[in-house]
Amino acid sequence: MALLKLRDESAGYDGKSIIRNVSLAIEPGERIALVGESGAGKSTLLRLIYGRLGNAAALMPQDPSLVQALTVFHNVYMGRLHQFSVWRNLRNLLVPVAEDVEEVRKVLAPLRLEEKIFSNVSQLSGGQYQRTALARALFHPGRVIVADEPVSSVDEHQAREILAKMNGEKQTVLLAMHDRALALEFADRIVGIRDGYIAMDTPSAGMTPKDLDELYLSESAVAA
Amino acid sequence: MIPPRDPSPLARTISGFLLVAILCLIFADLAISTGDPWREFGLLMTGFVTPDFYQADSLFLAVAYTMAFAFLGVAIGNVTGFGLALVFHYRLVRVGCAFIRAIHELFWALIFLQMFGLSPLTGILAIAIPYAGIIAKVYAEILEEADQRPLSAVPVGTGKASTFMFVRLPDSWAHFRTYSMYRLECGLRSSAVLGFIGLPTLGFHLETAFKEGLYSEVSALLILFYLIIASMRVWMKKTLLPIYLIGAATILPWGVAFSWANIIRFLTEDVIPYPIRNGGDNMMAALTDWVSMLLIDQILPGTLATIQLTMIALVVTGMVTLIFFPMISPLLFRRNARMGGHIFLVILRSTPEYILAFVFLNLWGPSMLPAIVALSLHNAAIIGHLVGRFTETLQLRRDAVKGLNRYFYEVVPRIYRPMLALLFYRWEVILRETAILGILGIATLGFYVDSAFADLRFDRAMFLILVTALLNICVDTISRNIRSRLRLHTTLEER
Repeated sequence: MALLKLRDESAGYDGKSIIRNVSLAIEPGERIALVGESGAGKSTLLRLIYGRLGNAAALMPQDPSLVQALTVFHNVYMGRLHQFSVWRNLRNLLVPVAEDVEEVRKVLAPLRLEEKIFSNVSQLSGGQYQRTALARALFHPGRVIVADEPVSSVDEHQAREILAKMNGEKQTVLLAMHDRALALEFADRIVGIRDGYIAMDTPSAGMTPKDLDELYLSESAVAA
Repeated sequence: MIPPRDPSPLARTISGFLLVAILCLIFADLAISTGDPWREFGLLMTGFVTPDFYQADSLFLAVAYTMAFAFLGVAIGNVTGFGLALVFHYRLVRVGCAFIRAIHELFWALIFLQMFGLSPLTGILAIAIPYAGIIAKVYAEILEEADQRPLSAVPVGTGKASTFMFVRLPDSWAHFRTYSMYRLECGLRSSAVLGFIGLPTLGFHLETAFKEGLYSEVSALLILFYLIIASMRVWMKKTLLPIYLIGAATILPWGVAFSWANIIRFLTEDVIPYPIRNGGDNMMAALTDWVSMLLIDQILPGTLATIQLTMIALVVTGMVTLIFFPMISPLLFRRNARMGGHIFLVILRSTPEYILAFVFLNLWGPSMLPAIVALSLHNAAIIGHLVGRFTETLQLRRDAVKGLNRYFYEVVPRIYRPMLALLFYRWEVILRETAILGILGIATLGFYVDSAFADLRFDRAMFLILVTALLNICVDTISRNIRSRLRLHTTLEER
């Protein structure tokens, strides 16, 4: 059973189609990387997929979108806001409930954020910030993760840590990536987007970054 | 060939305002009618440097009442305003809020005085109601400007309330707190002024002391007031707030009785225009006469005087601001020299314009002059403070010129637009204050309102207050249009 099937779908915003006539089937357990030039339609396709999956998927938006005025605990807890009553949520906002703190702590510990649990997210470093956004997505009960450029603002070492963690914790992973080497390393299927179409859909095994050049026609000369 | 210079829309607007102000000034009565204003001024100044704190009991009580009214009024206004901000997208709520904030605290107090007499309810409601209208608008804007990006990561199916609490509220909370502090400061000023219509706050003692020429006591009252406002950040702590509120509710003299029959009569009979109340066959004709009499005898002259005074005060405020802001600007003066400027501006902006006008009126006699000077000094001190603080963020190149050249070439061009934005923002505030100054005897709308209340003609008073509110809403709308057309923006802290 496929997790999701898109057949001849188009999507965009302001009445403008960004992606056109896209067909794509996603099986549970796949690790898919969407690659392509910026503006090709990766984010739009991800949004379309996330919209269909609903709460089966956790979202890591391109901008980490943490609430600046809240602590790491609260931001991570937000991954399950929909599962608790308003009163529980309000109580956690005022005085965090011990058992919820414990649940959040379990997610934070392997991400080396345990001591930061009650720090304001505005005080975090770039890497910690991104890992908090990941923790929120991991805390979300969905078994799929949809992540738009989740490692674009961290160094390569932290990027590997984050991607490995996603692969380890979530059953199905969907990423938009501009780093071709990392995409090939962490995904088992590459979906190449060009000008709103799927221009490539192949297993990543045995591919090299150079094989993706055709997706970047305009800049291939420079990139090579 | 050099192309001819075409005046920008901004330059044209400003010239228009200048022209109107000059026209208004030509027809303004600026006479000083007191015999020897400078002798009185000398006595006042002597009083100021010899404050008399010996009336400790009454001083303490006046300060305590002033704070109590401010605390309860602002707290109720704050909670109500927050509630209204949540439903601010309804047109009815927006219009309602615009209406209640267009009526000055003192007018509200005059209305409630007829209903509740000198009960504390009068003072609390007079502050709470217009403040709720202002706070609702500002909070709604803060909520709108909250970072919306985290919304995308909220799980599908999360309730509205939870989403609001976790995404919109946290981001806005710090702004709410800052704004509440500012409102409390305004509340203290409003509360002090309520004394002028009989409530037991600072204004009451100020007026008495002033009338008796006890300038040393006036000085003591004002110094206490400045100290309270200046030390606000020290004593206003979140944890102490419940204590303050309970304390405020406890000390106010709730024993003052009011009668429900009175209130009902006021609301259902007294405020109804006399011809309607009277009924009869000729009701419509009588009503027309009543309205046209009010229009011609009171509304027209009152409105004209209000607008005239407002326009002069607005333009003079702008000019005085250009003199005031350098006093605290690090681009123009060294630290030590700025200290004096800071103290000067703090004093001017902490003194309610009503009290300033009252002082000048006693020195110079009734004319537009005391009102113009009071309004301009107070508002220029507020805007000058904000503009001066703004210059702290400006970076000049290291070889920038010094002295007056720096002022004209480097500083004024940079602060000009933000200053105008603030001025236009305060236009409506100045208008509201101008109307109120009528109570002191200057023939603006407030004068007619006050006279109507004094004659117990409540129907006229209410009608005049309605007109004042509409005038306010008009100016607010015009100001908003001008600001958006000329792209003059104010930031949050400046509202």
